[in-house]
Amino acid sequence: MANDRRGDVGEGQDPARELLSSADVARTIARIAHQIIEKTAFGPGNTGDLVLLGIPTRGAVLARRLAAAITEFTGVAPAVGSVDPTLYRDDLRRGPTRALVDTAVPEGGIDGKLVVLVDDVLMSGRTTRAALDALSDEGRPRAVQLAVLVDRGHRELPIRADYVGKNVPTSRAEKILVRLTESDDRDGVLIQRPGAAPAEPGVGTEAEPSVGTEAEPTIGTEAEPTTDGDDA
Amino acid sequence: MKHLLSIADLDAATATGLLDTASRLKDTLLGREVRKLPTLRGRTVVTLFYEDSTRTRVSFEIAGKWMSADTINVSAKGSSVSKGESLRDTSLTISAMGADCVIVRHPASGAAHRIAAWADKDAGTTGTHTSIVNAGDGTHEHPTQALLDAATLRERLGSVAGRRIGIVGDVLHSRVARSNVLLLSTLGAEVVLIAPPTLLPTGVAEWPCRVAHHLDAELPALDAVMMLRVQAERMHGGFFPSAREYSIAYGLDERRLALLPEGTPVLHPGPMVRGMEIAPAVADAPNAAVLAQVRNGVHVRMAVLYHLLAGAPE
Repeated sequence: MANDRRGDVGEGQDPARELLSSADVARTIARIAHQIIEKTAFGPGNTGDLVLLGIPTRGAVLARRLAAAITEFTGVAPAVGSVDPTLYRDDLRRGPTRALVDTAVPEGGIDGKLVVLVDDVLMSGRTTRAALDALSDEGRPRAVQLAVLVDRGHRELPIRADYVGKNVPTSRAEKILVRLTESDDRDGVLIQRPGAAPAEPGVGTEAEPSVGTEAEPTIGTEAEPTTDGDDA
Repeated sequence: MKHLLSIADLDAATATGLLDTASRLKDTLLGREVRKLPTLRGRTVVTLFYEDSTRTRVSFEIAGKWMSADTINVSAKGSSVSKGESLRDTSLTISAMGADCVIVRHPASGAAHRIAAWADKDAGTTGTHTSIVNAGDGTHEHPTQALLDAATLRERLGSVAGRRIGIVGDVLHSRVARSNVLLLSTLGAEVVLIAPPTLLPTGVAEWPCRVAHHLDAELPALDAVMMLRVQAERMHGGFFPSAREYSIAYGLDERRLALLPEGTPVLHPGPMVRGMEIAPAVADAPNAAVLAQVRNGVHVRMAVLYHLLAGAPE
């Protein structure tokens, strides 16, 4: 259904609780931008190296916001773009065909560059793995780092983030909803717990990975997911 | 999507989804040294061609290979077809070997539909749910050609909706024209068929398009023009007095090119018969989108394979 959004409050679910307000999101992005500047020594004397690549949809928005913040703090703009991990995913055969999203590698490519991958939510690490494979087909970066707005745990691969906006301990049944004005009505991060009402089969705490993937964009639906942070 | 047999099966959202996928695949591969995606690793794609083809077969083969599918080509010449094997037996044999997708070109209209019905019915026996793609069946349809034409028009014009597209020439024998009329009208374009009455099929009045006979009168108002090849191999009668007379009435020469608004894209599905439906100077003019069409063909066919084979089996 076109408006069957995961972020909407469904039957048998408590309303979502706010983890980060709009102001918190702004502060968090500013902090990560400072950390990237500190760790990469990016600045007027050292501009050639840094490339921010977001994972669409919201990771790409965050990458652009980080780039704007870094530009504000240093006076010079880092290269920014997006990379679509879809064609490299390991779960394509487990659901309906996924729509592709934008890949936009900045001019100059990524060979020899320091790439910071940006995503909204880090969970299993599988999306990051797919994005890393996509990157290695684009070129050979000098190094790759990972920045995420929310790290919610439940890693399934040996992947960790270099920059984390907020660590949020979650159960697998909970949903993290990231909202950014570019793609949603406002900024904010929400957590939604499964309700006391009988949950759908498979949506228990032992939920299999498919639960988290159901609201990803699929071919033929107009709806954007309210979050793509389930397995990011 | 299980099969791609006819443009008539696609609604506007599905067709737009395919075109979006194609354009994103193009962007993804742009500038890459290694044009190889792992997406269809382990899937098998067989092209089964009962008619001659260069661009369609090679284009599907490249599309499959760039997505890491194993692609195998079967042509009627040199296969058991020449020993008298039926279409059903040949197609089920290929399914039973584990082909996830069979791309069929056949001189009989409806051949792909028949193969798809057999593949579905006998999936239990063959052990494989084979997707069938129609790569041209007689004078019926050629869906991927229409999709790549639409992809090219979207690139050149920004969008297809609301544009006036002229399709000129041998509509009667053209599966390309039929698929294009269906797709372009589904996408919201206004289609004008421009052809002599002898080269229009019966029932064309019910197609979602307008019919005209005078090329010069239509050209100034077109946003794009698509020239069709005169299909001599399918003509068994006098459809027009002579090649020269056809060329004078319906060929796109430099004088007619000047009647089009400046920069109007000129499409041709190929192979071109230079000097017949299109003058050599026009075929090589900057307006000509012929090679852009061929390039887009690979990405469109990658998109079709992606939509058919990448997701969970239906």
